[in-house]
Amino acid sequence: MDLFARYFARTSRRSGSLLNLYAWFFMRLSGIILLLLALFHLVYMHFLVPGGVTGINYATIAARWADPAWGPMWRTFDLLLLLFGLTHGANGLRQVLDDHLIDFQWRIVVKTMLLVGYLGLVGLGAAIIFSV
Amino acid sequence: MTITFKLSRQQELQLMQWLHRITGVGVFLFLAGHIVHIWLMGLGPEQFDSITAVLRQPPARLLHIFLFFSVLFHAVNGLRIILLDFVPPLARFQRASLYVSLFVFALLFIPSALLILMDAFLPSL
Repeated sequence: MDLFARYFARTSRRSGSLLNLYAWFFMRLSGIILLLLALFHLVYMHFLVPGGVTGINYATIAARWADPAWGPMWRTFDLLLLLFGLTHGANGLRQVLDDHLIDFQWRIVVKTMLLVGYLGLVGLGAAIIFSV
Repeated sequence: MTITFKLSRQQELQLMQWLHRITGVGVFLFLAGHIVHIWLMGLGPEQFDSITAVLRQPPARLLHIFLFFSVLFHAVNGLRIILLDFVPPLARFQRASLYVSLFVFALLFIPSALLILMDAFLPSL
């Protein structure tokens, strides 16, 4: 048991440090990308979209995605926003859980739920972007 | 006896770090709900628009102010962190960078909040 614990502590420390190095860099890279994507999305949808935020409904979203010239561009934009936004957010939440969820077993349970939820939300979002 | 509310340099930084976390978690929770909402387009136009109509009520739109607060604070403070991480000489100006990012945040947030309020309660303007 002691041997197992020592082995586990060593391997998890080794793999964890590398993962967190990439995560550190990814958060900064995706942060800069989201600065462009998310802020444009927010300002456009609230203040610039024709008809205003109340004008956004099924027909306007579907028309934007179906537009022969700009449709593929909007679908790509929305997919990039979905992937970068969710990945940045899920990784941030992972770091928050690592810091504040002390109980080892609960941390595994909640982080597994986070991973499943993350993959599920990517699936839901991508499915609707390319099926409407 | 006078009550003073003065934060040390360390406490100022900690306050910004806590706000960064809280706003980040808040935006993630919003994002999860937002994706599920858009996914409900799969139900068809009538169903989706009747669900969306609830979110168009002025009280619900007040929540947009929280969203703008969180996204703008997280964005400005995140940019501050990136700049300080990648440009080491800027570390000298860490304290000033907190005030600069709060100023830039206010510059972006206050007009956005006013626009949202006007849009929700004075749609004729």
